[in-house]
Amino acid sequence: MDFEGMERIRGIAPIWKAEGDWLERAESCRDEGGRLVSLWGSETEEGAFVHAAYVLSKGMLIVKHRVEGGSYPDLSGIFPCASRMQRSIFDMHGIDHQGRDKRPWLCHGFWKFPLRKGGLQGATPSSEDYPFVRVEGEGVHEIAVGPVHAGIIEPGHFRFQVVGEKLLRLEERLGYKHKGIEKAFEGMTIPEGARLAARISGDSTVAYSWAYAMAVEAACGITVSSRAGLLRGIALERERVANHLADLGALGNDAGFSFGLAQFSVIREDMLRINKSVFGHRLMMDLVVPGGMSGDFEEGGKMIEETNIIESKVRDLREIYMDHTGLQDRFLTTGKVEPALAAALGLTGLAGRASRNAADIRVDHAYFPYDMLDVSMATHYGGDVAARVSVRFDEIFESLRLIRMMIERLPEGEIMQNLPACSGFGAGWVEGFRGEVLLALEIENGVIRRAHPHDPSWQNWPVLEFAVTGNIVPDFPLINKSFNLSYSGHDL
Amino acid sequence: MYRIIREILKYGIKTEPAPACDPSLKVGGMEMLEKSLAIRHVDAGSCNGCELEIHALNNPYYLLEGSGIQFVASPRHADMLLVTGPVSRHMEAALKATYDAMSEPRLVVAVGDCGRNGGIYCSRRNYACCGGISSVIPVDVEIPGCPPEPEAILKGILSAIRS
Repeated sequence: MDFEGMERIRGIAPIWKAEGDWLERAESCRDEGGRLVSLWGSETEEGAFVHAAYVLSKGMLIVKHRVEGGSYPDLSGIFPCASRMQRSIFDMHGIDHQGRDKRPWLCHGFWKFPLRKGGLQGATPSSEDYPFVRVEGEGVHEIAVGPVHAGIIEPGHFRFQVVGEKLLRLEERLGYKHKGIEKAFEGMTIPEGARLAARISGDSTVAYSWAYAMAVEAACGITVSSRAGLLRGIALERERVANHLADLGALGNDAGFSFGLAQFSVIREDMLRINKSVFGHRLMMDLVVPGGMSGDFEEGGKMIEETNIIESKVRDLREIYMDHTGLQDRFLTTGKVEPALAAALGLTGLAGRASRNAADIRVDHAYFPYDMLDVSMATHYGGDVAARVSVRFDEIFESLRLIRMMIERLPEGEIMQNLPACSGFGAGWVEGFRGEVLLALEIENGVIRRAHPHDPSWQNWPVLEFAVTGNIVPDFPLINKSFNLSYSGHDL
Repeated sequence: MYRIIREILKYGIKTEPAPACDPSLKVGGMEMLEKSLAIRHVDAGSCNGCELEIHALNNPYYLLEGSGIQFVASPRHADMLLVTGPVSRHMEAALKATYDAMSEPRLVVAVGDCGRNGGIYCSRRNYACCGGISSVIPVDVEIPGCPPEPEAILKGILSAIRS
């Protein structure tokens, strides 16, 4: 697709916007090997609109389409991941889509169209059950799990169709954590919005805070200092490493190797304690703020030393994981997503890279500070749990290298800039540990009019349903963990 | 096997002593429970930040299981419900059902600022949130923080036992 004549929005990320040609643009994006990131709705005095964010080789394209006659053309035939997003647009705005699946998604019947202009409509849940697709036949039975799961996990419902131990089909029912985040954004000031953005998905707090800050800065037309930019990079890579450490430990544990959990959780705890002493918060919440950073640090040398220690420990543990027959027996060929299926369904982020879907904003669309770091992308062709484990190990080593480079290149300077009260549209696009996070934002005189956060879990939850098919029930927790998807970031 | 043992020895014992509690609360304490407390965790709508810190309680530094406190899979096995919030409208019924499934006596600990009062999500009226945990089930102890650090969660759990 030719970006000529389209408007590039301000800000560091390469993002363009265009209007109209809803279906044509979706088709040409697919034909060029692009991907759909997010769909959302909005309403102004002029009427209702739907928006789509695509990624092409040159950057992101955000298409706005006016809804005529109460509905808009279905994209799920072009990009399968559009289906649940279209269902959610209906739940939130009452804007109908022309797709086949008309079931509600985020809405469980307690409320109706909260983002519609003129206010929320009350509703009473229907007494009918959500119509899960069922498998019938001799010996087939159903296992219902959740929303409260057996462990320290977020809530969601899984409906398994099983023969013996073999999984024939999984269907997810999410939305249990829906807490009105998009509505809560409306009318917030910029600093209030920053606090909320940091709490969309706690494990990706830096990624969301940065995406939000980037969107505000794009709308206001300001650029942060190099020091603040590099500090953001350091925080994002530290978040990635900390999450990968937790996942690698938990994956070992889910396969009965509790040694792995103990070892990795010690490294993670050491890291969080350094976050606390350096940045003042273990998870680095509210660290990245519009205009720059709320915290700085002086002792770069200490952190370089720490990265060296982590690297040598993780190297030892990787050898142990790789050589452990029992562990590899559980990891290999489990929860396999073939590269072709991954590409067709739009599997994204870390899980996508483990199925040869090579995409990483830090590499493909690098902006400061990643444009000066020459990031190397970790990929794998396996598509199974073992591949996702391997990509995590590779990404830890790469992130540690990036952290060291960024500390070495950290210039002196201010870390905060004043924000003017501004109006306009902005978007932030960040490669979090799970995949790409997008935050689209409309501001009016320093107050948020509409904000839409997007988590990569939207793309990957539906693929999990395919990944588990043909596996046995006890492998589900392991497969689920290897994707480690967010419920909160998805349910909003 | 040799390498696994080598790593374990290299790390040594990381476990730290449990934090001291307010002595005025000391009525029975863990001794009363004969060093055994079963906790059922429910996430009623959090951002998952609190879950990360609850997970940390099981790492070798805090070693919750070492002091006889363990997380269990069913509310029927639990003495305590550890709940993170805010309570979303969609989790209200599940939270109540989990609470009702517990046998008495039972304790409820609300974790984090959102568990206390709904936090940032409920700063204004919100159609999708019920508010803090206490707006749905009775709460014994509330632990402030966003998210509270593992030590604060541990202190909150211990003070609930002693209260």
